[in-house]
Amino acid sequence: MSAPDAAPATGAPNSATLSPGLVPILRVEHLSMRFGGLVAINNFSFTAGRGDITALIGPNGAGKTTVFNCITGFYKPSEGRIALQFGDPGVWEELEALTERGTRSAVRGDGTLFLLERMPDYLVTQKARVARTFQNIRLFQGMTVLENLLVAQHNTLMWASGFTALGALGLPSYARAERAAIEKARYWLDKIGLTERADHPAGELPYGGQRRLEIARAMCTDPVLLCLDEPAAGLNPNESAELGRYLHAIRDEHATSILLIEHDMTVVMEISDHVVVLDHGQKIADGTPEEICNDPKVIAAYLGVEEDEVDPTLGETR
Amino acid sequence: MAQEASRPASRVDLVRALREAAITALIAFGMFLPLIGFNTVQNIHNELVLETRWPLLAALVGIITVGRFIHALLIAPWLQRRAMRPRQQNPVVAAWRARFGRWVIPFALGFAVVYPPLALSVVGFQGAVKWIDNFGVQILIYVMLGWGLNIVVGLAGLLDLGYVAFYAVGAYSYALLAKTFGLSFWLLLPLAGCLAAFWGILLGFPVLRLRGDYLAIVTLAFGEIIRLVLINWVPVTNGYAGISSIPRPSFFGIPFNASDEGFAARMGLEFSPIYRTIFLYYVILGLALVTAAITLRLRRLPIGRAWEALREDEIACRSLGINTTNTKLTAFAMGAMFAGFAGSFFAARQGFISPESFTFMESAVIVAIVVLGGMGSLLGVAIAAIIMIGGTEIMRELDFLKLVFGNDFDPTQYRMLLFGFAMVLIMVWKPRGLIATREPSALLTDYPRASVPIGSRTDPAEPPLARGHHP
Repeated sequence: MSAPDAAPATGAPNSATLSPGLVPILRVEHLSMRFGGLVAINNFSFTAGRGDITALIGPNGAGKTTVFNCITGFYKPSEGRIALQFGDPGVWEELEALTERGTRSAVRGDGTLFLLERMPDYLVTQKARVARTFQNIRLFQGMTVLENLLVAQHNTLMWASGFTALGALGLPSYARAERAAIEKARYWLDKIGLTERADHPAGELPYGGQRRLEIARAMCTDPVLLCLDEPAAGLNPNESAELGRYLHAIRDEHATSILLIEHDMTVVMEISDHVVVLDHGQKIADGTPEEICNDPKVIAAYLGVEEDEVDPTLGETR
Repeated sequence: MAQEASRPASRVDLVRALREAAITALIAFGMFLPLIGFNTVQNIHNELVLETRWPLLAALVGIITVGRFIHALLIAPWLQRRAMRPRQQNPVVAAWRARFGRWVIPFALGFAVVYPPLALSVVGFQGAVKWIDNFGVQILIYVMLGWGLNIVVGLAGLLDLGYVAFYAVGAYSYALLAKTFGLSFWLLLPLAGCLAAFWGILLGFPVLRLRGDYLAIVTLAFGEIIRLVLINWVPVTNGYAGISSIPRPSFFGIPFNASDEGFAARMGLEFSPIYRTIFLYYVILGLALVTAAITLRLRRLPIGRAWEALREDEIACRSLGINTTNTKLTAFAMGAMFAGFAGSFFAARQGFISPESFTFMESAVIVAIVVLGGMGSLLGVAIAAIIMIGGTEIMRELDFLKLVFGNDFDPTQYRMLLFGFAMVLIMVWKPRGLIATREPSALLTDYPRASVPIGSRTDPAEPPLARGHHP
């Protein structure tokens, strides 16, 4: 699907459109998710811009993780459309035709458009190049840090190993691909400062290291959209600040757009370009961090009553 | 000095130990009174009469009480003292352990290769058949089955309680095709493996969306279905009576018999059934080693890593774009294939198969071998197979026990008890199996850094996250 070192390759065509908010990478329209009688998300729409860091915030139980699960294919939404595009943005014009046609993707030039709600979870990552992390870290605890990053490159390596057959024979082409995969893992290990611990089990890393490794592992799948579910949960202020720099570096150097759920308002205000607020499964606000900060509806949702001051750490109870 | 210090404490210890022993005695009495103290017997008038067994009850309660007393007074304080003491590694012991770790596999392989001649020279032609067949071949079949199931349970983490079904598919495939079409063992061996793998995929498609306990139950049911089909499809499988006079494997076309064309005659040897046994031994040794080699190779390939990742966290696998259904299916098919190989070997070695050989008990034994050995460890599984199967075979040899327990005593009847004890002991002593350490499939240190200019790796303006974690 993609060359082992696709990060710089995708960087070049996307760098022209890096100015935030011009072209959407993800469009969620009229998304609803019902579990039996419970309406978790109700007619929710938002757009994430290419090259933006979009934050999805809201009180506990607002449905943020459900939105993530719908985008990444873990849930099939009850209603709505989730469209993702990369490459030539002209392909957005195909959206209605694609929806009518009932297929998963449309191609125009080097642009591809996907309807994520029609795809199973693993294809959302494999084909549509959406990667995600989890609220409660899901590393392969017993495997080493390096192996975690190699598993993330599974599809590239499977292709290179001729679906195991060529790799089992030990052909040089596979050895080269494996070498490239290791180098890519090393690049990320250097970036997150875990090179020294590459051969230790991932479960033995300190909490902050596990969070960083999970993000690096997601990045090893060469995503165009990285979905982070509470990346700053459990980090101290110092680590949160570092996380912000790390996410900016990812966005700037790899042309990966970021969508994140976050409770820590200082992190949200500092790093995000665009904030969407969800409450009881419905969108109550959408705008720049400054606008959101002063939105009375948001303040009400967070505090339950109208107050002058919003406690920035509120909602961090999970 | 130590005695002086411990004297006042020892009285407290004694009182406490006595109290614990008394409590234990009460519990034991309460439990054993209905279970052991009373016994219902049918007398000659077909009436149920209640018998009491007070001496037996007293003996059991006594043993337990004394045991608990000794434990509370001596063993528990000793364990506590040992836990308090700082653990110092004796360098000599550590060096020996490392040396053992390095040499154990070559030594075990060497021993496995020279085992038949060794047995021949030690116990002679008459006795060696038993040692090579009952111990060597029997254990190696289970080593191979354990290694095959290790792919499914140990690597991919799919609890398969119906593994014996694929063993049965392999055995019946060989038996039926060899008898009906007269095809040779060497042709049917891969074919039986393929058929078993095919059945593995067929079973896998509907059930692999299940996880954990649910998968275990469905695979258990599948094992029973195969066995019931073998019993009831009489026209093909001959039901309970089984299939007999299955063609035996030949030595590259030379049969092992007493004729002039036979192996012994051609080689200028005197005829003896032991040649076939030795040949079978090397065949199963080779098959087992092929299983191990393929497993080791696959572990270092993306598919093997995906299996292990699947065991660790299936949801994370899906989030990384791994098609978990296909990955599980390959693990299932691969495990089933090795069971098929083992099954066709089993049929060729026995010359007779019936559904009796493929009961749930067999699956349980193979799962026990994998779990006891340590999930994923080939060496651990091999050791567990030797203990489990070798232990069972050894029990046949313990005739002297009849002198102790009387002539009706059959040690093999206590096989399950042995299994149970071994399981409990190993799970207490080593909860993750005999060998719980996992070899990483790739080490960064094996790949030295390509010569890249240092400046290009780390940008001073953007320090890598959490540099503080580095010493």
